[in-house]
Amino acid sequence: MQDLHHFRDKTREWLEENCPQSMRKPMLEKDKCWGGRNFVFQSDDQALWLERMSAVGWTAPAWPKSYGGGGLNPDQVKILREEMMAIKARAPLSSMGIGMIGPALLKFGSETLKQQHLRPMVRGEIRWCQGYSEPNFGSDLAGLQTKADDYGDYFLVNGQKVWTSYADEADWMFALVRTDTEVGKHSGISLVLFDMTSPGVEVRPIKLISGTSQFSETFLDDVRVAKDQVVGDINNGWIVAKYLLTHERESIGGIGGVTGQRSLGAEAIEAVGLKAGRLDDEVLRSEIAAWEVDFRCHQLTTERVKDEIASFGVGNTSAMLKYSGTELNKRRHELSIALQGMAALEWNEASPSRTWLRSKGNSIEGGTSEVQLNIIAKRILGMG
Amino acid sequence: MHLVLNEDEQMVRTSCADFLAEQAGPDLLRQLRDSDDPTGYSGELWDNMIELGWAGVLIDESFGGLGFSHAGMGQISEYAGSTLASSPLFSTAIVGASVVALAGSKNHKESLLPAIASGEMRLALAIDESSRHDPHRVAMTATPSESGYTLNGQKTFVVDGHVADRLIVAARTSGQSGESQGITLFLVPYDAEGIEITRSIMVDSRNAAEIVCSDVHVDQAAILGSMDEGMTILAAVLDIGNAHLSSELLGIAVACFDRTLAYLKERTQFGVKIASFQALQHRAATLWIEIELCKSIVLKALRALDASSPDAPLLVSMAKVKTCKIAELATNEAVQMHGGIGMTDEYDIGFFMKRARVVQALLGDQRYHLNRCAQLSGY
Repeated sequence: MQDLHHFRDKTREWLEENCPQSMRKPMLEKDKCWGGRNFVFQSDDQALWLERMSAVGWTAPAWPKSYGGGGLNPDQVKILREEMMAIKARAPLSSMGIGMIGPALLKFGSETLKQQHLRPMVRGEIRWCQGYSEPNFGSDLAGLQTKADDYGDYFLVNGQKVWTSYADEADWMFALVRTDTEVGKHSGISLVLFDMTSPGVEVRPIKLISGTSQFSETFLDDVRVAKDQVVGDINNGWIVAKYLLTHERESIGGIGGVTGQRSLGAEAIEAVGLKAGRLDDEVLRSEIAAWEVDFRCHQLTTERVKDEIASFGVGNTSAMLKYSGTELNKRRHELSIALQGMAALEWNEASPSRTWLRSKGNSIEGGTSEVQLNIIAKRILGMG
Repeated sequence: MHLVLNEDEQMVRTSCADFLAEQAGPDLLRQLRDSDDPTGYSGELWDNMIELGWAGVLIDESFGGLGFSHAGMGQISEYAGSTLASSPLFSTAIVGASVVALAGSKNHKESLLPAIASGEMRLALAIDESSRHDPHRVAMTATPSESGYTLNGQKTFVVDGHVADRLIVAARTSGQSGESQGITLFLVPYDAEGIEITRSIMVDSRNAAEIVCSDVHVDQAAILGSMDEGMTILAAVLDIGNAHLSSELLGIAVACFDRTLAYLKERTQFGVKIASFQALQHRAATLWIEIELCKSIVLKALRALDASSPDAPLLVSMAKVKTCKIAELATNEAVQMHGGIGMTDEYDIGFFMKRARVVQALLGDQRYHLNRCAQLSGY
């Protein structure tokens, strides 16, 4: 306990000294720092904040120091987050490297891979994207057909990936490819890493019902991947992928998008108005109150799961939170546009219809709601 | 306010689960129903609960109780739901004891609380005068007399009103029905002159009573709490009651879910277990998620009561809304997924549906509490 108090004091002091004032303001999507070779910093402060945080490894606070991380234990990580929150410090780096492939590398990667990739992730020098889904293999991800042919000390990869977030801006991709076509579909998959500037990689952005998006299609034509860039054993990629997907579900189910928002009740009062202290539309009033109840239940369940993991060290709940969080977010946006009537349906850049339409993807990306229900039925409820 | 049980609460949970699994259950309720038991609960079960100290579970230790937190007691309420345990626990140990503890004078507490804790005294709270819960609609009058007050009016669906030794009656000392000001709580013996108590049997095989007061006389000392300010006490007690009813509904939902899941895994149609059908898997998974969501809000509401948090009324109403909806869903899904056998009286699942609807309606159903959530949220 004494040590933790000391750590908190030191952390507070350090943050006070090192976090630029302009990095202590609420952050919009456009203010995120993604890092990478092509990233253009918004300001000197943004670059400085990343530089300072990554120098002490606090962009990946729980990772071992030997790989550039902060080497903090869970209690210390919690304190760091609390102290950052207390001064409203922005996340210095948004990273699919640290959030997704990094943990998989730590668990399954060879020493060479760890040495090569982890430190640049921590420092925000390399930006990553994920090559999982294919046009014909979405929910049935394990059926993927992108092929990696063995040429001795390298593979040649051919195929097409889709829904690759930020593929147009990323430096490296982690991708699932088929390395054995003779065995069962789960057994012939490997997770490989390659540079997006490799010859044969072509990226085409996807336009969504909501307009421009972060998604792309990625075409792979004889892309050369060195054998030492396989994470885990060859043909063991499915195990690594499942581990990684759990991390993704957690981050989508947490829907940061929802928590920072104004309450739906407050939005309703502004849009519809009150009459004798009640929302001036009885039907909407009950729908909004019902949503607020369900949202509170979801928030509290997220909190309960965290408490349970802290107390018992286990949680078999990411599928539940992903399902509940994304379904709620869709419902929220339906109510939100209903509150604003026709005005919400104007088609311009700032239109609420953009976020409403985009929310439809929440229950598809990262495993559809139906897949989450399958997971719960099979793994938790034991229904064959 | 951690949303996991602490060691003490976990111990209560484990021991009450064992006790109620052994001593209560649908068979006991069926037996009470079929034998036309005049009390509607098992005296033996209640005696054993008293033995464990449950009659005084929320009462302070200085008055002979166990002094449990609501979070601790909530574990018992939950298992009372999942085992359909019929007893005066709710009317006496939760609601009755809370009114006395919150509103009673020193005298009231000293004379009543030890008697409640030792199981000698059963209480019933008589508020509602119409079929749908509305605590402001109190028309029963209490007019000053030479040595106290005279009560005139009627109360309806008073839970355990037919077995209570004392009734806690909400009557109007000023104002009009519908107003929150002007309600006063009175302690009335069940055998007071002019009182008529008629037992009504409910769909869940348990009981409520119709109570008519015709010139019932009570003395000054019968007033619980402040004159005209009874609503303040009632609001707090109703929050306590609704939090525990939410726990009970959670218990019912869990029991229905567990029984249904087991049935899906054992029932064979078309040559396979019906648990292998995706249509049923998704419905089961959805219900499981909803029940997990209920667990969080129920524990939070109980913890908020324990912490006297200003958020407690909203959290309790949210818990009641959610558990009402999900107990309704769970019982409906349970009967549907059991198929024909779920419709038979011989099979137990119907008992849970019947009990759920009564608990839902008690002290306000999901619609009542959703309206309250909106009010408390400023719209």
